Parts: sequence; C-alpha cells; structure tokens
Amino acid sequence: MSLIDLANPSRFLALTARALPWLAAATVLAFAIGISQVYLAPDDYQQGATVKIMFIHVPAAWLGIFAWIVMSVAALGTLVWRHPLADVAAKAAAPIGAAFTLMCLVTGSLWGRPMWGTYWVWDARLTSVLVLFLMYLGVIALWRTIDDPAQAARTAAILTLVGAINIPIIKFSVDWWNTLHQPASVFRLGGSTIHPAILVPLIVMAVAFTLLFLTLHLAAMRNEIMRRRVRTLMMLQAGARMGP
Amino acid sequence: MNFGPHAAFIITAYVAAIAVVAGLIAWIVLDRRHLSRILDDFEAQGISRRSTRTDGDKW
Repeated sequence: MSLIDLANPSRFLALTARALPWLAAATVLAFAIGISQVYLAPDDYQQGATVKIMFIHVPAAWLGIFAWIVMSVAALGTLVWRHPLADVAAKAAAPIGAAFTLMCLVTGSLWGRPMWGTYWVWDARLTSVLVLFLMYLGVIALWRTIDDPAQAARTAAILTLVGAINIPIIKFSVDWWNTLHQPASVFRLGGSTIHPAILVPLIVMAVAFTLLFLTLHLAAMRNEIMRRRVRTLMMLQAGARMGP
Repeated sequence: MNFGPHAAFIITAYVAAIAVVAGLIAWIVLDRRHLSRILDDFEAQGISRRSTRTDGDKW
C-alpha cells in the first residue's frame, strides 16, 4: 500500500479501525510496565520522592512539543499539497497537544513548589511553555471561528508554522538564559546525567505517553473525518430542501 | 509506599495527570458517539454520501 492510498479518508478509516485496538492495548501494556517501574524506582538523593513527578511531567512536556511538531508537518501538507487529511491531522492534534502541555504546566508547578519554594516563576523555560499552551488555545479557537474547513486549515497552518519558532526556544531556553528550571539532563551532548534506575522508568513512561498520543490522535482524526461527512451531508440536505 | 513530606504534591500531580487523560478519552468517545448518531439519522432518512456524492466530495 502506497502513502497516497493511506491518504484516502475511507482507506484511512478502514486501516485505523484495524490498528486502533492493537495500539490501545500496547498503550495499556506500556503504562502497566511504566507505572510498575515508577513504583519500584528509588527516590532521588536530593529531591526525595518528588522525583516521581518527573515520570509524568517530562513525558507530558515532550508530547506537548511533539504534538506541535506533528501539527507543523501537517501544516506543510495543507499548504504545499493541499491534502485534506493533513488538515484533519492538524486539527485533531491541537486539543491533545494542549492537554499534554497543560499537564506539563500543572505537574511542573506541583513539583516546583516543594523543590523551588514557588509554584511559578517567569523564567524562560516556564514562560515559553506557557506561550506554547496559549498558542494551542489560539489554534483551537481559530479552527472554531472559521466555518469553511479548508480556509480554517490554511489559516491555522500559517499560525502553526509561525508558532513552530517557539519549539527551539523551549528546547534551548535553559541554555540561552539563566533559568530556575534545570538544564537538559536526558537528551544532551555527552549523554544523560540521570542514573539508569530513574532513567529507564522515565523512558518507558515516555514510550507509554507516545503510544497514548498516537492512539488518541488517530481516534480524534477518525472523529474529524466523520464530522466532515456530517457537514457534507448537512449541506447536501440543505441544498436539496432549497431545490434546484 | 511512603512519599515523604511532599506526598500531597506527588499525589495531586498524578491525580491531575489522570484527570487530563480521562478528560481526553471521554471527549473523544462522546464526540464519536454524537457523530455516529447524526450519521445514523442521515442513513435512516435515506441520505448517504454514496447516493448524493459529487466529484468535489472527498469525505
């Protein structure tokens, strides 16, 4: 099957109907393994048991960023190839990305209070992630504001690509500015600074979160295709009522 | 399991994460049910994409 076949909405629905149960099962399995590893993971020598918040905070942050990258690739699909399935992918990813970014902000605040003595500081990392969350809300609002899906997709695609500038700012904010947030400790030159007893559960949880994102994204894409079918049928019905 | 003096923060963080994921799943499931019901209503009225399809209809 070629990529262009998969890009056909009906073919996409048929394929994802078969794939989704397996993906959901893999997600549940990955979370079962991840949570059991989190349970067994030792406390950090400095942070104590609060390090357990890291196992949800860090994957949520990665997924918040990943969803915007998915939307940016889809935005290119919309603007360059004008493919409607790219519009669907972008629209479906936005609320999921917003939810993971919100999870990142909330869990980060709850981790910050006992470790830093405050829920929030306006440092570069926290502020740039808050900007990401606000951009998600902006894109979602844009989709809801414009009635014509094709026009909404093009406008949202431009906003998404402009917003992609924030992604490297989030990543490198801890290097470019003095921040209360710790510097990169997993993906960095010279290797991870985290002990394997904590790093392995973190990686397993990141895999589980990624599988969850894929499952939710495919399910939301299927819903969006159904929504467009409903819209088409409503327009046809309205046209039939008005007569020739 | 002993979470130490900051147990409330750890538990609240996990509860918040579970609430966000549960909210996402509920939104997708309820949205799907709602859309399926509308499509079924159209089907019952004899309106379907096959019977009314035009060249410009990709969906």
